[in-house]
Amino acid sequence: MRIDPDKCVACGNCTYVCPMGAIYIDPVIKRATVNRDECVECYACFNGLSQEHLNPTLVRGLRRVFQALRLRFDPEPDVCPTAAFAPEELTWPRVVRRAFSDPRVPHESTGVEGRGTEEVKTNDISGRVQVGEVGFTIEFGRPGVGVWMREIQEMCTALAVANVAFEKKNPMTSLMSDVAAGKLREDILGEKVLSAIVEIKVPVERTEEIIRLVWEVEKKLDTVVALGVGTRCAADGEDNVVAPILERLGYTLHRAKTNAGLGRVTNGTQSAREKEVVAQ
Amino acid sequence: MTNTLHRAGDADSFSDDYIVFAMCSRGRNDENSVPKLRRFLEMARGFHPVNLGDARHGGALRPSKSMNPFSHWKRNMKPDFDAVISGLDTPTTAAAVFDNRVAAEDFLKAVREADLGLSVNISTSVDGADQCCHAAGINRHSVGYSLGFEGKTEHLPNSDVVMLSTMCGHGMVSSSLAKKMIDWVKEGRRTPEQAVTYLARFCSCGIFNPSRACRILEVARKRTK
Repeated sequence: MRIDPDKCVACGNCTYVCPMGAIYIDPVIKRATVNRDECVECYACFNGLSQEHLNPTLVRGLRRVFQALRLRFDPEPDVCPTAAFAPEELTWPRVVRRAFSDPRVPHESTGVEGRGTEEVKTNDISGRVQVGEVGFTIEFGRPGVGVWMREIQEMCTALAVANVAFEKKNPMTSLMSDVAAGKLREDILGEKVLSAIVEIKVPVERTEEIIRLVWEVEKKLDTVVALGVGTRCAADGEDNVVAPILERLGYTLHRAKTNAGLGRVTNGTQSAREKEVVAQ
Repeated sequence: MTNTLHRAGDADSFSDDYIVFAMCSRGRNDENSVPKLRRFLEMARGFHPVNLGDARHGGALRPSKSMNPFSHWKRNMKPDFDAVISGLDTPTTAAAVFDNRVAAEDFLKAVREADLGLSVNISTSVDGADQCCHAAGINRHSVGYSLGFEGKTEHLPNSDVVMLSTMCGHGMVSSSLAKKMIDWVKEGRRTPEQAVTYLARFCSCGIFNPSRACRILEVARKRTK
């Protein structure tokens, strides 16, 4: 992301809305400036701020007058008064930042927006996690801390050594140059993203082992980790297997997302019906 | 996309936070899914949601690309549910946010009866979801637990800020803006109702809960540290 210095009036609104805190008012040029190293191309500034199209010279003049009179401004905090944001054409590997940080951009590998994975949300029709299995989503950088790809690789290689299977339909897996070793492509290791999810699946017996492994590796990372643990419920809708393991490990299970099991495969069924009608 | 899973707070803090969302799976039930997703949102409207949204276009409060400077004095703070429903034009995730369990239960029951064929999830406290499913006559299929935040948690801001900012799971509601809104409410520069509209406009899939955010801001207003 770039901010057009000819348009920017240094109102400072954008410095608050950047999830990474990567925008600041440069005291030399007196314009909002993006720290390109820290910017994860999430487009929160461009997509989230409302935009006015005021004359920059006029706005700067007014701001100078108010400032001289020590008058407190009370502007709307979610507006860029001069529409100064100018998205750049991103090239590889920087485009990876946007793919993982801007939730409106679907991942090419999965077609899913956000971090690009369906997890247990479609487990009722994908069967991704079966009875006796546990699906882990290991998310890095959330909320608002961000993560470097090289840090994610550290976790991936440790998981690979533990001989776990990475979910194929996950954008992080698609960026691995060596899935068996958990190695990411060399050219993306210097990229930072708002957050990313590594997804694995193991037999339920390995739940504790994997969590202890994550605890060990996360100590070495300079970011936050959010663990999600997905499981298939029994026929009566209960989970008496995984929850007790997690509670034994010291977790209090405050929140969950629950798949209600209402999904079904429908692709092709309508066209089949239409064919029947035509045949009749 | 675990955009609803890792909301900060204990189970009690989710008593006014029920997200019911529908999505299709690529290659399995994504054909002709747009009318079904729209139907899902239309049905939700009847149960008085506090937000509706889709993952591609955002929620019921959206930023404007060409804002009239005079609109500062009459900013629209009402959620536009019609825009969400009519704007859904691609297979994506559709979400409805409720601030009470009864509404979520009744909606889930209606969705079950409508038999849309989409995967439907409820994101709230573990017990809250269990009760919703029970009331709707549904046995849970799968569950994804949030184990919260670990690692270098010293990078995180205080709990009020985290509770507000994690209501956009994609991280589009920045901690700095959430902190600023707490400060503005404390200073009396904005009401909680006004402050949450600023935050909600950044949430890119409409799962921000303005009702819960108001409550958090009210509590934060009187907090001493």
